[in-house]
Amino acid sequence: MQIYLPIAEMSVDTLLLLALGGGVGLLSGLFGVGGGFLMTPLLIFIGIPPAVAVGTEANQVVAASVSGALAHWRRGNVDVKMGFVLLVGGIVGSMLGVWLFTFLRSIGQVELVIAVSYVVMLGVIGTLMVVESLRAWLQSRRPGGAPVRKLHQHIWLHGLPFKMRFRRSKLYISALLPLGVGVFVGILAAIMGVGGGFIMVPAMIYLLGMPTSVVVGTSLFQIIFVTANVTFLQAVSNQTVDIVLALVLIVGSVIGAQIGARLGDRLHSEQLRALLGLIVLAVCVRVAFTLFATPDDVYMLGGGGGP
Amino acid sequence: MTMRAILALVVAALVLARPAPGAATQLVADLSSREIAITTGFAGTELLLFGAVDGPGDIIVVVRGPRRDQIVRRKVEVAGIWINGPSARFADVPAFYWVASTGPLTDIAEPAFLAEREIGFAQLRMPSADGRSAAATAPFRTAMVRLKDRVDLYEETTGVVVAADRLFRTSVVFPANLPTGDYRAEVYLLRDKRLVSTETIVIDVHRVGLGARIHGFATRDAALYGIMAIAIALVAGWLAGVIFRKG
Repeated sequence: MQIYLPIAEMSVDTLLLLALGGGVGLLSGLFGVGGGFLMTPLLIFIGIPPAVAVGTEANQVVAASVSGALAHWRRGNVDVKMGFVLLVGGIVGSMLGVWLFTFLRSIGQVELVIAVSYVVMLGVIGTLMVVESLRAWLQSRRPGGAPVRKLHQHIWLHGLPFKMRFRRSKLYISALLPLGVGVFVGILAAIMGVGGGFIMVPAMIYLLGMPTSVVVGTSLFQIIFVTANVTFLQAVSNQTVDIVLALVLIVGSVIGAQIGARLGDRLHSEQLRALLGLIVLAVCVRVAFTLFATPDDVYMLGGGGGP
Repeated sequence: MTMRAILALVVAALVLARPAPGAATQLVADLSSREIAITTGFAGTELLLFGAVDGPGDIIVVVRGPRRDQIVRRKVEVAGIWINGPSARFADVPAFYWVASTGPLTDIAEPAFLAEREIGFAQLRMPSADGRSAAATAPFRTAMVRLKDRVDLYEETTGVVVAADRLFRTSVVFPANLPTGDYRAEVYLLRDKRLVSTETIVIDVHRVGLGARIHGFATRDAALYGIMAIAIALVAGWLAGVIFRKG
């Protein structure tokens, strides 16, 4: 059954979209990630204009992170103060990002920047995940178990001015650090149409030194507002948010996420992480292929110049 | 048969048999529909263009979409990566262009006539919008026509069928990615490469229903639309959380 997407201005098979939403939702439920970093390239593969894919995906991530954040909120796993600082950075970053996006669109290079961002981010994250899970797996086989870890390690960055106390995270660090992380993830959110959880979570653990228990909840809490801001800004300056597309994807991903969460309880976390790392790398290779492969036709009809 | 019915038949026959007053009745044409409504389920459509002529001749049908600017880009390889390189912008490019005729265009019409009416891919004027010479933008122009042809927005066929030198028909295929606006279907009747008669029909291509309202909303009240999109996502996410809370 075909459905006409009023903003993308094209007809797409509804079942294909539902399957896409369901599949990515399944992965996000399974691995506890937003899934935006997989959904946007997939939407582009099926022919949705990249600008619309990015704007709409931000909108879908709002829905995905609300249901996730609510679950964590009930368990008290959200550091609101930290979330707020990250958010201030995120708002600034997403404004910068949307501005950059509009500029790149006007010079016709937005597709390139989206693709390169994806190859770099997916490549780095995918490799890290696979390496990390392999290491953990090897360690767990050695007698004696994992080494005792300090509460968190202090690095020079934590000593920057504007120190702030984050009780829930048991941290006393410079506010500039989470602010910077927020800005960086905000820019990515706008350009790549992702929540940025897959970058924020490692940054919070390794850079800020936050306890793992509050990381996911806080990240989701902050992502709601950043992606809402991206959605708004993309809708206003680029008119690239397709509400019909977003709704179909939301329906699919919500169902997929629930199935994924149930499946996740039956699998080992290292295996899961290795699997996700491989999926991430596969998407990375696929995106890279479009950059390096000789195109069928070196000419293309320009979008990006406006109507 | 009653007297009255016979009389009616005779009158009808007389009206039909009357000689044609001027060129107007040498050609009559119509479309199976004069509007295309793009609904949320729109997947392209096909219209039948049909008509009658008063004797042998050649027929050309041209359907043109609204004219607008169009950018064409060329990809170039930089350090192994294909990026968007030089581009050209053309003005007055028909968003949709369909030519159907009873035979090869140059066999049935004079080149001057085809050029004047912009009939055939080669005759589309489409000047450079950034003031460059036709020679400089020629490869871009060729590429644009080829690309539009590939996505079914441009077509050139000899698909006009004539029956008994009287009736003709052709079907015009509109793809799913059809731009909206006023389309014009022009029908030309030629004899010995000379224009005998012509007729123009306007086709209104517009979005209807939910799709139209959403598109209008998104472009007119972009800020409100953005807020609504966020609100819908918030509610959907919250609902999902509530529905699946147990389990």
